[in-house]
Amino acid sequence: MSDYFLSIKKLKLVPFMVLFTSCIENAPMDSLSPEGPYARTIDNLFWLTFWIAVGIFFLVQTVLIVAVIIFRDKPNNPEPKQIHGNTKLELLWTVIPVLILVAIAIPTVKTIFELAKEPENALKVEVVGHQWWFEFKYPQYGITTANVLIIPEDKPVRLEMWSNDVMHNFWVPKLNGKRYLVPGQLTYLNLYADNAGEYWAQCGEFCGLSHSKMRARVISLNSSDFKMWVENEQKEARRPEEGTLAAEGEQVYLNAGCTQCHIINGVWDVQGDRVAPNLTHMASRHVLGGASFKNNPTDLTKWLSNPAAIKPGTFMPNLELTEDEIVALIEYLGTLK
Amino acid sequence: MSKSLQGKKILTVFKRPSSSEGILSWITTVDHKRIGIMYGYAAFFFLLFGGLEALLLRIQLAKPDNDFLSAAEYNAMFTMHGTTMVFLAIMPISAAFFNYLLPLQIGARDVAFPRLNALSYWIWIFGGVFLYSTFIFGTAGAPVGGYLAEEISWLGNAPNGGWFGYQPNASFKYSPGTAMDYWAIGLQILGISSLISAFNFITTILNMRTKGMRLMRMPVFTWMTFAVAFLLAFSLPIIAIALFFVTFDRQFGTTFFLTEGGGDPVLWQHLFWLFGHPEVYILILPAFGIVSEILPTFSRKPLFGYAAIVFAGFGIAFIGFGVWAHHMFASAISPVAQAGFGISTMVIAVPTGVKIFNWLGTIWGGKISLKTPMLFALGFIAMFVIGGLSGVTHSVVPADTQQTDTYYVVAHFHYVLFGGAIFGIFAGLYYWFPKVWGKMYNETLGQLHFWLMIIGFNLTFGPMHWLGLQGQIRRTWVYAEETNLGFWNLIVTIGAFIIALSIIIFMINWSYSRRKGPAALMDPWDARTIEWTIPSPTPVWNFSTPPEVENLDDFWHKKYGEDSEGRAVRRDTADQLLIDLEEDGLNPKNHIELPNPSYFPFILASGLPLLGYAIIYKSIALAGLGVLLLLIGGFGWALEPIEEVTIANPSVSNGGVEDE
Repeated sequence: MSDYFLSIKKLKLVPFMVLFTSCIENAPMDSLSPEGPYARTIDNLFWLTFWIAVGIFFLVQTVLIVAVIIFRDKPNNPEPKQIHGNTKLELLWTVIPVLILVAIAIPTVKTIFELAKEPENALKVEVVGHQWWFEFKYPQYGITTANVLIIPEDKPVRLEMWSNDVMHNFWVPKLNGKRYLVPGQLTYLNLYADNAGEYWAQCGEFCGLSHSKMRARVISLNSSDFKMWVENEQKEARRPEEGTLAAEGEQVYLNAGCTQCHIINGVWDVQGDRVAPNLTHMASRHVLGGASFKNNPTDLTKWLSNPAAIKPGTFMPNLELTEDEIVALIEYLGTLK
Repeated sequence: MSKSLQGKKILTVFKRPSSSEGILSWITTVDHKRIGIMYGYAAFFFLLFGGLEALLLRIQLAKPDNDFLSAAEYNAMFTMHGTTMVFLAIMPISAAFFNYLLPLQIGARDVAFPRLNALSYWIWIFGGVFLYSTFIFGTAGAPVGGYLAEEISWLGNAPNGGWFGYQPNASFKYSPGTAMDYWAIGLQILGISSLISAFNFITTILNMRTKGMRLMRMPVFTWMTFAVAFLLAFSLPIIAIALFFVTFDRQFGTTFFLTEGGGDPVLWQHLFWLFGHPEVYILILPAFGIVSEILPTFSRKPLFGYAAIVFAGFGIAFIGFGVWAHHMFASAISPVAQAGFGISTMVIAVPTGVKIFNWLGTIWGGKISLKTPMLFALGFIAMFVIGGLSGVTHSVVPADTQQTDTYYVVAHFHYVLFGGAIFGIFAGLYYWFPKVWGKMYNETLGQLHFWLMIIGFNLTFGPMHWLGLQGQIRRTWVYAEETNLGFWNLIVTIGAFIIALSIIIFMINWSYSRRKGPAALMDPWDARTIEWTIPSPTPVWNFSTPPEVENLDDFWHKKYGEDSEGRAVRRDTADQLLIDLEEDGLNPKNHIELPNPSYFPFILASGLPLLGYAIIYKSIALAGLGVLLLLIGGFGWALEPIEEVTIANPSVSNGGVEDE
């Protein structure tokens, strides 16, 4: 498959380097710079179609412009010949497109089935869509996390996805195409990253007020880092030492109402699911709130003092926390490594 | 029966209106030309609204993380922009063309059912006003249980679930308030209007053609009207049912599309796109027809491969029902379905290609006059090709999973619906301007309009391809600075304002030329079809003598013969023919019966929005009033006496259209 596209691939950057020079800087959602085998297969197929389309584009526009230039009305031009059609020509421009489309259809159909196959030895991760954040569960390890999907570098990942409310759509442009998350139904998507690194993800399907802020990050770790991450995630949350600011923050967490929706494993003995992200290792995630803001005291202060101002429609209420409470809470949340 | 009713004079209350001037004459008119003009103006008005909404969207996206609009306002604006442009602008502007031109192109006095035609119009306008009344009465909000930092402004209290209304986001739980009900019921009302028109046009084309106007002699615009009418007739019932389900889910607690009650939200996607994709062809085929009239006229050559273009149009319409799931490649469908719909989507490119190559064949070797209508028609080909080619990239399913729901798709369908449909519509507006108003538009302003529009259009929608490939999702209220999408978004916004400027120039040209433009000749373009054999502006009675047609492009063949080389040669008789036609057209020799005006289409149509409000506000009183108006309209319609309006020489009674 890859040989088939080799010559096409080499050509691909040329027009864009000419046309879009100002845009070659890093665009983290760029679907044209694949960083994994799935995205690369798609990319190759796109460029095949793209170049055929460019060929037809130039053909049509050239004929159009040439016709307008040479047949433009001049006073002494004779009246044109009244040609009503030409069956041979018309057959020709019916059959040639058919052949071109067959040439596109064959690799298309092949690739559709290739991409849908479940990879062997894949790590299974469940992705649950919520308004407006992604939840990630690792049934094999008993881990539940949010916003940041950690995957191993050396293994394909099989995502099993559904939605808890409305339609969502999980998209990591550099690793694969997108796939809907549907309430009451399972969908699947494979990811595989070439290298350890960070990849942007975004909800693709309009899902309500904060749709544009429903983002995520995918981080691919090498196998030892991934192992360490798993071990850490499986631990219960660290308890702060008594008398510290963090311990005060823990009290805020327990008493202000946060536990109605959030869970921190090991802090308060609760059973069952909650509607909001699991915060057990929140400090290990560098983005929060559907990856719409960074995990730093400034952003977190804004978020805690009025969540709806950052994500309109959010289910997180404004708990009317005082400044001191917010400072303590942030201190505490910072310890949840 | 009508005679006995009239004779007894028992129903004088149902005397038909007779005003021929003033607002009442417009409300009661059943004249297809006046209805066409009303459709045109009202639809253009809505086009301006849709355009303003687009400008607000573009201001918001001009820079990253902008706060010009709130999320609620942004979502309402893109929902209303899409809904308006599809249902209240492009479809009814096409309807304006159908209404005005169809009877003229087939040599008829009017459409088959003139009162029904008026009913379509009034239902449409009431539906549009009902939908837009959401800005006054509608409410929107956060999902049940969600919080907002600020109250939603009036701008945000409009439908906000997208023109595609995906479930369950558009259900009551996730889109509370009444705005989405205005959307669902508004579309329902608009759909009734289109269905009525569809059957009216089909009947008209099948039954009202003048002597000798065989099917294969019909102008291509008439053919495309015919295809669109069938598309409407078969696709609208699907959305009607789906919208009833939505209304029931929202109002009466059913769960057709809601998982919690065993319903299926993906079913909505299937039903919506099973309507929605034929809808795309409903929007573009009229433009195909318009362009197929203009290219031959301004190239002074017959259409290349008339039969192929006609059959390709019907091929597109037919296959258009088998490609809907290509809107759902990333949704919950299997690889087999992906492959099947990918291939059917490729198949539809073939007849589309045939049309484009035949249009190129038409201008090739012609004598091309670059008047404004021709510029827009050529611009149509150039821009539509881009939309068609990006459409083929969508049929490559794996690639589409990257592109779907991004700006790449937004670019694609604007090249089809703006570069295609709207350019075709402007071509038609300039082309038939002299026939409608009896005046010529200003050519300089027309050309300026074209060049500004094509530049603005490409600045707006060209970079969107790139933005989409760079990962900008659709329907995004904000985008992060780190995505590096700011520069091209700014360019896009600038382009949008250039389009707005070109529209202003069009409006100036239109309103000035309509009143003060130089008088137009009967046949200013040396055209080919029989609507140019009648004086400009079209007389009330259209043709004073029903024309007889012997050829495709009959008028051209009456003016031109061919020499031994096949070149067109003007007949000696041509000049006299034009003088005779104009003389005859202005002074009918025979008595002409025209369909009579009627109050009842207006009255009947006015009941529907009341029923809509009754459902939303659960009001028996409004429902009763609505039903009452429907009954008055319906019964009055049925009992209305036939009174003939007589024009010209009343001594002879002959020809003409009988009222339905």
